[in-house]
Amino acid sequence: MRAEGARAGSGPGGVKPFAELSQASVTVAGVSEQPLIYARGLVKRFGDFTAVDGIDLDVAAGEAFGFLGPNGAGKSSTMRMISCVSMPTSGELRILGMDPVRDGSRIRGRLGVCPQLDNLDPDLSVRENLTTYARYFGLSRAEARRRTEELLDFAQLREKASGAVEPLSGGMKRRLTIARALVNDPDLVLLDEPTTGLDPQARHLLWERLFRLKQRGTTLVLTTHYMDEAEQLCDRLVVMDGGRIVAQGSPRSLIETYSTPEVVELRFPDEADYAGKLEGIGRVDPLPDRILLYAEDGDAAVAEVHRRGLAPSSVLVRRSSLEDVFLQLTGRTLVD
Amino acid sequence: MAHPTVAVLERHLFLYRRLWRASVFSSFVLPVLFLVSIGMGVGGHVGRIGGVDYLAWIVPGVMASTAFQMAIGESTYSVLGDFKWVRGYHAMRATPVEIRDMLAGWLLYILLRVEIAAVVFLGVTGLFGALRSPWAVVTPLVAALVAVAAAAPVTAFAASIEHDSYFALLFRFVMIPSTLFAGVFFPVEQLPAAVRPLAYVSPLWHGVELSRAATLGGAPPWPAAVHVACLVVFAVVGLVWARAAFRTRLQD
Ligand SMILES: Nc1ncnc2c1ncn2[C@@H]1O[C@H](COP(=O)(O)OP(=O)(O)OP(=O)(O)O)[C@@H](O)[C@H]1O
Ligand SMILES: [Mg+2]
Repeated sequence: MRAEGARAGSGPGGVKPFAELSQASVTVAGVSEQPLIYARGLVKRFGDFTAVDGIDLDVAAGEAFGFLGPNGAGKSSTMRMISCVSMPTSGELRILGMDPVRDGSRIRGRLGVCPQLDNLDPDLSVRENLTTYARYFGLSRAEARRRTEELLDFAQLREKASGAVEPLSGGMKRRLTIARALVNDPDLVLLDEPTTGLDPQARHLLWERLFRLKQRGTTLVLTTHYMDEAEQLCDRLVVMDGGRIVAQGSPRSLIETYSTPEVVELRFPDEADYAGKLEGIGRVDPLPDRILLYAEDGDAAVAEVHRRGLAPSSVLVRRSSLEDVFLQLTGRTLVD
Repeated sequence: MAHPTVAVLERHLFLYRRLWRASVFSSFVLPVLFLVSIGMGVGGHVGRIGGVDYLAWIVPGVMASTAFQMAIGESTYSVLGDFKWVRGYHAMRATPVEIRDMLAGWLLYILLRVEIAAVVFLGVTGLFGALRSPWAVVTPLVAALVAVAAAAPVTAFAASIEHDSYFALLFRFVMIPSTLFAGVFFPVEQLPAAVRPLAYVSPLWHGVELSRAATLGGAPPWPAAVHVACLVVFAVVGLVWARAAFRTRLQD
């Protein structure tokens, strides 16, 4: 049994990974060489607790950059420093070439921020949420209305425009929060877990919207727990764990470095020590509910499993993903 | 270009447009009903105070205390809610809006609400014949001062707490006593001397005395400038505290 869907990521009909379009976007953006985000030794402490423990970042114009990591890794703490709402405890930080301490307000005027927790006005209508927020950026009333109408289409919320926000579904609220983050036509968009808690359909719709943004040359920075999301949306990413960056690179290069092209997932009906019997086929990683077998060629590995007379109750061959990278890097699975 | 303060004011007005019906009763109808029942009903038994009938005597007090109560009522759940549940201030924080804009926009909103109520009330009481001096036209300004003197510290308090149960303490131990002992319903001189200082530290008392001097055409117990200065002190201390509370609350 083969998971076709898992392999069809860049095939016809699938959404193309962002990486393939990044070259065009860089020239579209046409911004100077200076990185939009520059951080050295960035630290955030809450009392005695160190949430972000000395990270370095460079994000260039037109890039789609991702923070990947488990709960408590320090992703949101980093994002809040980048969005100039929380001040670094120490280290150097430049956003759009400016200093967040001195120029916070000017920087925020050019950012679009989608926070991890929605902070829409539940008693206002969808439309009012967009226009009131636009006014915070100093847009004229006419301009605020014009942007609002554009974004209603972008977020596919036109039918809901006059209704209150409260009764909207989670996915619609998320789309509205993202649309709201674009109201000032930002140079840099920061999305903290844009799709957490959404069903697969809502998630794909959001990916498609973010993909369009990326195509227009908008610089995106996002955090996620989802490996597939990072793979779909990011040109480059860092894996965070315990406030530190434990790996970085393109999704492809991370997979090449820390995994194999394919992974076989085996489940056995009993608790016997199958890991030992699989030795030599590829790197073996026994998990509580299944055994992962890292292989250059998944089908060949499965053939070898059967040749050894083993009878797994289920076999799944899939492309290696960032989930596997994370497991390899930290020894833990990502659960969300 | 919209000034960020104006943008914040607009947001509160948008919200008010959705919720205004709930406040009509307490801002406009209740004070007038109050006048009719207390001023005319109770007034019949009380007779005259300070040379005027009871209705004319309590009108300025009710006006100032309406401003006081509106300012406090508005600055409790809405402010805490915008930090805790709606997170409206966190939304503003991610934009060019600064804390001073949040506070200025918020106080302007409260002033607008209080001023409309004060002017309506002034008109109604004028029809009742309860205004005895042309100085009565300054009472909306006194109401504005009372509103800021009350709203600023209460906003700061609301921004500093984690749970709304603290508001019950605020109502019970601050708002109700300062309304009862601030010369709204009876002269402060009738209080035992030991309790009287309670009135002096209530911003409402200063507002009531200024308003009363204005509608009846007399002189307030202390020099008017001193009453005004006391209200300004409440406002300034409240603003400084509010600014610090907002900053702490929004810093991480
Ligand atoms: N304001 C705060 N005060 C104290 N501790 C905090 C604060 N914000 C975050 N932390 C702590 O810092 C650590 C990192 O939190 P952060 O929200 O950055 O993680 P995250 O990677 O975004 O996690 P998640 O995937 O759950 O969103 C956590 O242990 C968290 O408890
Ligand atoms: Mg987070």
